[in-house]
Amino acid sequence: MTLAKRIIPCLDVDAGRVVKGVKFVDIRDAGDPVEVARRYDEQGADEITFLDITASSDDRETLVHVVEQVAGQVFIPLTVGGGIRELADIRRMLNAGADKVAINTAAVFRPEFVREAAERFGSQCIVVAIDAKQVSGPGEPLKWEIFTHGGRKPTGLDAVEWAQRMAAYGAGEILLTSMDRDGTKSGFDLELTRAVADAVEIPVIASGGVGTLEHLAEGIREGHADAVLAASIFHFGQHSIHEAKELMAREGIEVRL
Amino acid sequence: MNSLAIIDYGMGNLHSIAKAVEHVGADTHILISADPARILDADRVIFPGVGAIGHCMEELRRTGLDDVIREVAASRPLLGVCLGMQALMEHSAESGGTDCLGLIPGRVTRFPADMPDPLTGAALKVPHMGWNAVHHSDHPLWQGIDQDERFYFVHSYYVTPARDGDRAGVCTYGIDFTSAVAHANLFAVQFHPEKSQHAGLQLLANFLRWDGA
Repeated sequence: MTLAKRIIPCLDVDAGRVVKGVKFVDIRDAGDPVEVARRYDEQGADEITFLDITASSDDRETLVHVVEQVAGQVFIPLTVGGGIRELADIRRMLNAGADKVAINTAAVFRPEFVREAAERFGSQCIVVAIDAKQVSGPGEPLKWEIFTHGGRKPTGLDAVEWAQRMAAYGAGEILLTSMDRDGTKSGFDLELTRAVADAVEIPVIASGGVGTLEHLAEGIREGHADAVLAASIFHFGQHSIHEAKELMAREGIEVRL
Repeated sequence: MNSLAIIDYGMGNLHSIAKAVEHVGADTHILISADPARILDADRVIFPGVGAIGHCMEELRRTGLDDVIREVAASRPLLGVCLGMQALMEHSAESGGTDCLGLIPGRVTRFPADMPDPLTGAALKVPHMGWNAVHHSDHPLWQGIDQDERFYFVHSYYVTPARDGDRAGVCTYGIDFTSAVAHANLFAVQFHPEKSQHAGLQLLANFLRWDGA
């Protein structure tokens, strides 16, 4: 027996409720985040990620309380992302009971922030979230670029080089989302996942596009991801995390059952 | 009422561990402290830690907590967690080579860079991060915990005790490495019991009942 590949359910939280939109429209309410987190813990989730998609700062405080409540009853690693811009934001989330924070836009605007955060709090709690889109045309060598603002703003940064730079700056893990696949339920972008996973020494979490349990297994086997993240497939009772792990185990992938 | 001190020397997030101990220790008074007198007043002590060993040892020496830990180890149960485990050894290769507390003979080294993943053939990631199975010895702290139960790890360096008898748990990640050590009043784990769901809580509950050797 050795290290298990991880399954991480992701809760998009808006104003204290779990929501899931498809390509940022059709937001559906998926429940109370504390209850949802407890359910995933019971089903065998290896970690839980909360992504704050709230616009207002008032509602940001709501997530701090959610994390506090979850951390008092769920004893697996908790990651919080969305709106992490300063060291004080990280401190607040860690004090609330988070174990890791995911830094996205703030890293693009000021890469040194990742270095400062890793030096202050340790690499083990710094996840760099990367939203990437394919920019190469048909027949060209594959190339992906980092986008911000929900996939609307290109940055000119190459996704693979950016992941390597973030690892060098002290990121402990990469959360890699394909903006082409996010919300489509057509599976991970396996070429993107493999290109990044093989290029960095730190673990990579694949995200964006999971529609079936088989997609999760593909992300690990073919994408070389160390962990797979999914939201809607678990939220609406379509599948449980336990089912996902049983399928992966049948395919020879080591999981925590 | 039993009392437990969690040593606070500025290395990492102590809230998680305090919350987990609160969850299993209704009859335990828990304090997070950097004050030697208060730490030495507690029945049991947890020595946690994350980050780099060089900074960890600097802080322990600067605050005098290195001697407090030695005194605790001689007189009552001490649980080392993650970097707190590595600091108990004699020497670590991290931070350009660092002398540690030397309470358990042995060394700390980094995982080799070229270990292949048995599933994909790609290089295994360092840090070793996630849930791994611990093959454990017979010790009161493992009571009620299944053999080869999984615990949550995050680390790039691992300990190798000089005495085989100090090894209390072993894991496999490219190589076999020691994931728990035990000697007299000391018990230390490389994983995070506070983040290892039922099995981790069980280990913490066992520690709160353990009177040492």
